[in-house]
Amino acid sequence: MQAADFQFLSALIKERSGIALSSDKTYLLENRLGPLAAQRRLNDIAGLVAQMRSVRDEELIRDVVEAMTTNESLFFRDGKPFELLRTVILPRIVAARPKERPLRIWSAACSSGQEAYSIAITLLEEEGLLAGRPVEIVATDIATSMLIKAKAGVYSQFEVQRGLPIRLLLKYFAQKGTNWEIAPRLRSMVSFRQHNMLGECAGLGRFDIVFCRNVLIYFDEPTKKGVIERIAQVLAPDGVLLLGAVETIIGLSTRLEIVPGAAGIYRPVGSGPRAAVA
Amino acid sequence: MRTCLIVDDSRVVRTVARRILEELQFSSREAGDGQAALAACQEEIPDFVLLDWNMPVMNGLDFLRALRQLPSVRQPIVIFCTTENDINHIQQAIEAGADEYIMKPFASDVLQAKLVQVGLL
Ligand SMILES: C[S@@+](CC[C@H](N)C(=O)[O-])C[C@H]1O[C@@H](n2cnc3c(N)ncnc32)[C@H](O)[C@@H]1O
Repeated sequence: MQAADFQFLSALIKERSGIALSSDKTYLLENRLGPLAAQRRLNDIAGLVAQMRSVRDEELIRDVVEAMTTNESLFFRDGKPFELLRTVILPRIVAARPKERPLRIWSAACSSGQEAYSIAITLLEEEGLLAGRPVEIVATDIATSMLIKAKAGVYSQFEVQRGLPIRLLLKYFAQKGTNWEIAPRLRSMVSFRQHNMLGECAGLGRFDIVFCRNVLIYFDEPTKKGVIERIAQVLAPDGVLLLGAVETIIGLSTRLEIVPGAAGIYRPVGSGPRAAVA
Repeated sequence: MRTCLIVDDSRVVRTVARRILEELQFSSREAGDGQAALAACQEEIPDFVLLDWNMPVMNGLDFLRALRQLPSVRQPIVIFCTTENDINHIQQAIEAGADEYIMKPFASDVLQAKLVQVGLL
């Protein structure tokens, strides 16, 4: 790939999604955009870039950005965050809040929906704890194709086997040929919406719990800071943020702090004893 | 070292499974059918059994039922690993006392994930 083409594409992708591609990621661009060029009956990536330079085709730009997202996800990824949700976060929130107040959870950068549905399953498994409390899970992603898949809630045998205990598969899924479809009861707990983490998120409302996992890793530092700042703005004063296993806010935010004794959970600074997780 | 018993009538499958499990630091024994597996369990109870369904002499489900009847102080964790991929089979296996269920073709990361779920890793 020509250096100028790489520059053009990486700048565009960064501007639209925040995804930062260093020049050692040229192979990734080639692997992901080659098929897209072919699909559009363009000879190669140079042809794709030439096309993009000559006409502003929003649909093509969207497809290019989407092709560069990494959508790897699995049910109950890393286990721990869902364990913390069940054993620490939910009990404290339930104890601290009036029963009528709805619980709002955001699965930010939800990919194909496994995270949002894992949250929903965790909540249903703890129904006694929630005691009829209204719950809303909002799940967002930049990628249209992922939102379509997430909404459909149909997963392959391979996908359900990674992370989903068999007991929960039997309880919450229906077999559909060789695939497995999520129960309507779970699906109705989650609303999927398109949202770019680079944009303001105030329109999504205020959240008690935010899962923003395995997406910051693709961003450079200023972008990470911006994303965390915007999440902090929609986090309830006693709310919590959960990041991916290799992600941290250390050095990126002065508004959030690590919850002592609960690695991987963050809360607004100064929420101290009021916090759902102290 | 944790111990496991690989029960499958296919030598190829047993070899693949053994290789994966040895990498995960399990010491493994093998059996080619349910009856041989039961004899192996009577000799020594493993930490877990990786169990195929369709086998000659005694199938996996019959083995599991017999195993759960053994007057043993310790019961192994049993993970089915089979091409029987429909919900009825899965339900029967769980009712008979299986702890987990892997639908073939199985990948090593799936086996690993299941071992984590049942607390063996
Ligand atoms: C690796 S997946 C993480 C999925 C899930 N959170 C998990 O931890 O398993 C990363 C997701 O981030 C999405 N993404 C990347 N940039 C984004 C942006 N600027 N706004 C919203 N989503 C974005 C991608 O489309 C992809 O689905």
